[in-house]
Amino acid sequence: MNAQAETREWYTGRFTRFEEGLNGASGSSLHALRRDGFAAFAASGFPTTDQEEWRFTSVAPIAATQFTPVLAYDQSGVTEGDLHDWILARTGGILLVFINGHFSRALSPEPALPRGVTAGSLAVALAGDPSLVARYFAPDRAGEDPFASLNTAFLIDGAFVRVDPGVTLDTPVEILSLSTSVGAPLLVQPRHLIIAGERARVVVVESYGGRGRGTCLTNAVTQIVVGDGGVVEHDKLQMENQDSFHVGTTRVSLGREAKFTSNTINLGGALIRNNVSARFAGEHAECTLNGLSVATGTQLVDNHTVIDHAVPHCESHELYKSVLDGSARGVFNGKIFVRQDAQKTDAKQTNKTLLLSDDATIDTKPQLEIFADDVKCTHGATVGQLDEEQVFYLRARGIGDTEARDLLTFAFATDVINRVHLDALREKLDALLHTRLRQGRVTLET
Amino acid sequence: MSLLEVRNLHAGVQGNAILEGINLRVEKGEIHAIMGPNGSGKSTFAGVLAGREAYVVTEGEVTYQGKDLLALSPEERAREGLFLAFQYPVEIPGVTNMYFLKAALNAIRKHRNLEELDAMEFLALVRQKMKIIDFDQSLLNRPVNEGFSGGEKKRNEIFQMAVLDPTLAILDETDSGLDIDALRIVAEGVNKLRSPENAVVVVTHYQRLLNYIVPDFVHVLIDGKIVKSGGKELALVLEEKGYDWIRTESGAVPALAQEAGPK
Repeated sequence: MNAQAETREWYTGRFTRFEEGLNGASGSSLHALRRDGFAAFAASGFPTTDQEEWRFTSVAPIAATQFTPVLAYDQSGVTEGDLHDWILARTGGILLVFINGHFSRALSPEPALPRGVTAGSLAVALAGDPSLVARYFAPDRAGEDPFASLNTAFLIDGAFVRVDPGVTLDTPVEILSLSTSVGAPLLVQPRHLIIAGERARVVVVESYGGRGRGTCLTNAVTQIVVGDGGVVEHDKLQMENQDSFHVGTTRVSLGREAKFTSNTINLGGALIRNNVSARFAGEHAECTLNGLSVATGTQLVDNHTVIDHAVPHCESHELYKSVLDGSARGVFNGKIFVRQDAQKTDAKQTNKTLLLSDDATIDTKPQLEIFADDVKCTHGATVGQLDEEQVFYLRARGIGDTEARDLLTFAFATDVINRVHLDALREKLDALLHTRLRQGRVTLET
Repeated sequence: MSLLEVRNLHAGVQGNAILEGINLRVEKGEIHAIMGPNGSGKSTFAGVLAGREAYVVTEGEVTYQGKDLLALSPEERAREGLFLAFQYPVEIPGVTNMYFLKAALNAIRKHRNLEELDAMEFLALVRQKMKIIDFDQSLLNRPVNEGFSGGEKKRNEIFQMAVLDPTLAILDETDSGLDIDALRIVAEGVNKLRSPENAVVVVTHYQRLLNYIVPDFVHVLIDGKIVKSGGKELALVLEEKGYDWIRTESGAVPALAQEAGPK
């Protein structure tokens, strides 16, 4: 039996077991969606490097592992004290905690939700309103890749956040997903749905952390809908352990005059793939995608972004930066589509990479496909090392060689962190980055 | 013991000899000017003293406060009180002037077993030093030299010198790119920082900076050697007659003949 057939057989077994446990709910529209998702995944299997979208990132280690989907909630020994390393300090906001993809009522403080705000478990929301499937999930299936289909196949829980039209949520919603693999490799698949109504405003921080050192695949899908005139900031912070695989899909739709900002920060994990795609559904909207990846050892961080200018008069800005040390590998692929009708589009994409060692590599690929003629589109990619003249300048003022290099590396990276609007998150990221860069240096020296 | 003693210094880049036997002695309280035409080795000399790695010393020695200067790393030299004002100050995006200077000052203080300054103490010091060089406060919170005008960059060098309070300051073509007003402000700053406990080496092509920073000694550097030394009046002679008469007098090959001659 070849590897792909083995994979199919393994996940078919998991899916059958899942269906058997559904206890009569298998006739629901939700389960029909899952079946579609599973069929798509079973037909394609995991992607290979023969496919253009996966040319630089081999997921063979994922395909070769038999991951067991987590089908039900279990607190897995996680205590409130364990959360402190991962959560933001003093935001006064809403905290939703997920253990292996399932909402933890015990660990999520009962929030005082303002009027017009829903924040909690997607499973609960789906039970109360099955039409969410037809309105949000079914239409989204068309753009799924095999990982997103696998997530759909086992869609059970995740965060559900809805901010009603005209409502501004002053404090952030924090969605923390912790994985707790210790024995058999776990497949953790949260599904988050974030809906901001017309002129609604919300900041969502989606964090991933891990407890223990076991192998785990987090395969998350986040769907964000920004209504007309809505303003949403989505900060994703990936801090999982060095044995973890993380595939994250974020799909965003922007209404007329909507503003959306995404900051994707990758600090942990063995293999990370982020797919962030945004689509303009109404005119005069603005989309900003920022990313920062700090990797060392044998880590691989792959950021794929797509911005679809489907309508005229929209603006997009993109800044992705990587700091790669050791034998780390980075991939950036930034697609920008400007459709024939999308006149007066203004799109700017920048990708910058700092290589701190001879063995670190980056594959960067801007991909602009422009079918309209009255547009402004620019892109630029730079790959380089620390500027020795800058290092010397700092040393000539008494700053040590190592400190000078750290300072310059930090300055390179902090450019992205400074774009995060939330103070508490910026402070946490500064601290994490300092620690992370120090770790990277130790790895380099040993 | 002299503050700085350079003996028979030979140095170059990738096998090309640039300095061919420099001798120089600097005592505390003195100002020395090193003048010379383009390509004579002035900036190389400043770079060797500050510890630029591109330059290889092939012969000779340099003692600074009795220590073997050439054995020290650039940061150790700075911590021991040596300061180079760069001819081309470097822009450092993402690092504010404040952060940079505090890190530098505290690295120096730590080396001297002094308490590191906290943010408040540092700010008080900076406020006091800003007056010396008429430094605009808004530049403090901007990234180091990024988007600064030529004059602001040079003024920032002298401001750093004021904060770090070096024992030996080397000003590498600090006058280049400055208009006359900026030149005066920079020179006045240097004069205010002067004391019997420190010394300044001014490296320059033109005499005009020396109208404001009056040297005790003037040395003429040609083809990697100091060919003539004198008092401040030597600078005026150079301004009037150029460098060629010294080449002739000292037996150095005239510039034109050298360029045309066989390789």
